[in-house]
Amino acid sequence: MSYFNDLQFDLTAKFGADSFKFSTTPAGDHAIDTTKEFVPALLKYLKEYAGFNFLMDVCGADYPTRAKRFDVVYHLFSTTGSRRLRIKAQLSEGESVGTATTIWKAADWFEREAFDMFGILFQGHPNLRKILTHHQFVGHPLRKDYEADQQQHCNSVLPIRFDNTPEQSGDQLDSRYMAINIGPSHPAMHGTLRVMAELDGETIVRAGCEIGFLHRCFEKMAETHPYNQVIPYTDRLNYCSAPMNNVGYCKTVEKLMGIEIPPRAQALRVILCELSRIIDHTVSVGTGGVDLGALTAFFHLFTYREKVYNLFEKLCGARLTVSMTRVGGMAQDAPEGWFTDVLKFCDEMSDGVEEIAKLMIGNKIFIKRTEGVCPVSAADAIDWGYTGPLLRASGVNLDLRRAQPYYGYEKLDFDIPVGTQGDIYDRYLVRIEEMRQSIRIIRQVCKNMPKGDFTVRDKSIVLPEKKDVYGNIEGLMNHFMLVIKGLRPPVGDIYDATEAANGELGFYLVSDGSANPYRLKVRPPCFAIYQSFPTVVKGAMLADAIATVASMNVIAGELDR
Amino acid sequence: MSATMNTHEAEAATQAADLQTATEELSKSFAFTTKLDAIAAWGQRNALWPLPYGTACCGIELMSVMGPKYDLARFGAEVVRFSPRQADLLLVAGTITEKMAPILVRIYQQMLEPKYVISMGACASSGGFYRAYHVLQGCDKVIPVDVYVPGCPPTPEAVLDGVMSLQKMIKDRTPRPWRDKWVSPYEINGQTVPSSLTSSNSRLTANKAVL
Repeated sequence: MSYFNDLQFDLTAKFGADSFKFSTTPAGDHAIDTTKEFVPALLKYLKEYAGFNFLMDVCGADYPTRAKRFDVVYHLFSTTGSRRLRIKAQLSEGESVGTATTIWKAADWFEREAFDMFGILFQGHPNLRKILTHHQFVGHPLRKDYEADQQQHCNSVLPIRFDNTPEQSGDQLDSRYMAINIGPSHPAMHGTLRVMAELDGETIVRAGCEIGFLHRCFEKMAETHPYNQVIPYTDRLNYCSAPMNNVGYCKTVEKLMGIEIPPRAQALRVILCELSRIIDHTVSVGTGGVDLGALTAFFHLFTYREKVYNLFEKLCGARLTVSMTRVGGMAQDAPEGWFTDVLKFCDEMSDGVEEIAKLMIGNKIFIKRTEGVCPVSAADAIDWGYTGPLLRASGVNLDLRRAQPYYGYEKLDFDIPVGTQGDIYDRYLVRIEEMRQSIRIIRQVCKNMPKGDFTVRDKSIVLPEKKDVYGNIEGLMNHFMLVIKGLRPPVGDIYDATEAANGELGFYLVSDGSANPYRLKVRPPCFAIYQSFPTVVKGAMLADAIATVASMNVIAGELDR
Repeated sequence: MSATMNTHEAEAATQAADLQTATEELSKSFAFTTKLDAIAAWGQRNALWPLPYGTACCGIELMSVMGPKYDLARFGAEVVRFSPRQADLLLVAGTITEKMAPILVRIYQQMLEPKYVISMGACASSGGFYRAYHVLQGCDKVIPVDVYVPGCPPTPEAVLDGVMSLQKMIKDRTPRPWRDKWVSPYEINGQTVPSSLTSSNSRLTANKAVL
């Protein structure tokens, strides 16, 4: 708290007393409201002198009734003391704000997204063009006056093009080089990514990527559904580890409402998250092998994934998209003997991890294909907004489970693997070690499973049990009231993040006191990571680019949302 | 000695006669075009080469279908081809967005006959719970679908059932009017139409008024 007062003092001294409005939300988020003129200078100052080294997110919000209808919102993170800060500025239609791309490379795609979704202009952005919607799309879909189901059809595909640089226009191809297109229907592009490259022989001279082929309008869907009905949509963000998205979303809503969930619910969520982390990494490592030509590892790893599916099925009936959390806790308790099954799986999996390690990271061909390939330095990784295994592979020891512990992670004994080179090999080393650590965490939690309820019992938050709904009038009335009136968090905004399998999964939630979220912005980890792809693979071989895409573990569901 | 020889000759003659009769009978049976269809259908249905068009969550479940536990290979469909020229079964697994639709149509057109389409999951079949501005409300808006597999995502068992249903369709030579009447939504008389005209195409407007 005192640091925020100090910051307030510094900023007032530097920029004058009228420039900023400092506030702390009831949930404890620090925010600075300012005008658009101050934004670039403020961001630069915060980065250089206040230690906010990460730009986590840039997004827009639309308030059509206001004089200046748009908010542009920046979320900063400082590794020293794990502090977060939100900067907000208001803009009216057609106004522009100075770009942050000159301060953080991470701002690139986030600003493009805000432009695409709201039409917010960023002055000085080199490539301010559509990113998620298709090129024939007219309008800005996340504006409140755009109907959620107003579809616009697309009948063509964009030609090969690249990002503009000061030296070169992105639309002009260089006739000296061979231009190729990979994807989106290509086995190495995981179904929905499109990579374009100019090649000199097999060396990449220029690369570009197009995304948005799986833009399913998550954020618009969230605005048109009640809070608890958003949970199934979150499953489909990172569908390789669906429960982690449920947890991240519910944690955000709970924090805004000031709910502390019971210890048993916390422990259940930790187990779900860590199981998901394991299976997410199995897919990442498995498909990483497939992209390098090793099919065996994939089939072998899928046997372990199936075992976790069985556990999920036992827990709630679904295999992939579990939707097990509710705002206020869990949907139900674990069935009898489930924790024993989980522990049994841990034993099988710890043997499995060693086999995988031998099969993949001990393999001579695998090492030759990945070691020293397309490394990313720690400074670059931070600049791009890398989080999760990729950031740690670059040598930055940042894991939100340690840096901003939640759900009792601070009491658990586990290590955070950190790489040295930031190359592809390190990324797999980190992932495999994280699987080992997740097993450790699950064992500890299962052995000390707290007794008690699996959800809070506040009748304005959680539906009563079925026996009460059918058995007594009060239960029935509570059920009706909650279904009709809906869950209503207080007016306000909040940013909360969890450590998902790919990195920081953040949710920025604005509530206007109604039953639906007013605005829900997801900060997907691989969106920040994937934007660095054209730079990272420049000068590498084409085959290395394929290995890089695989190692970034880009999941289209959360990339495009 | 000669008696034995005679016996041998007689045996050989009988065998030759038998063989001729058998061949005639066999060729008679082959002469039926329906039988040729049947044997072709037998080959087609037991050697489907799928192109896994996995775009989203269903793609992950499709991996399970291909994986060791459910093993689509048992149904003769293990040779996954990512080239449309080598595939005869398009497995649309996952949400098809408006941006993706032209690419899906192109992939479908590049596949050689006979070709089949399975739409896996709610999104591919109808847009699922994404009644949203950028999501195509079912891939059958742009390509002809033979089998729809419900679920979000469908269990691997359901997908296997879908493949078996398709095999039955091939075996029974079920008429496929949706396939026969299909024209690309992006072409009129073989010409690509500008986007302003696609809105007049019944296939696309059947879904929702275009902006």
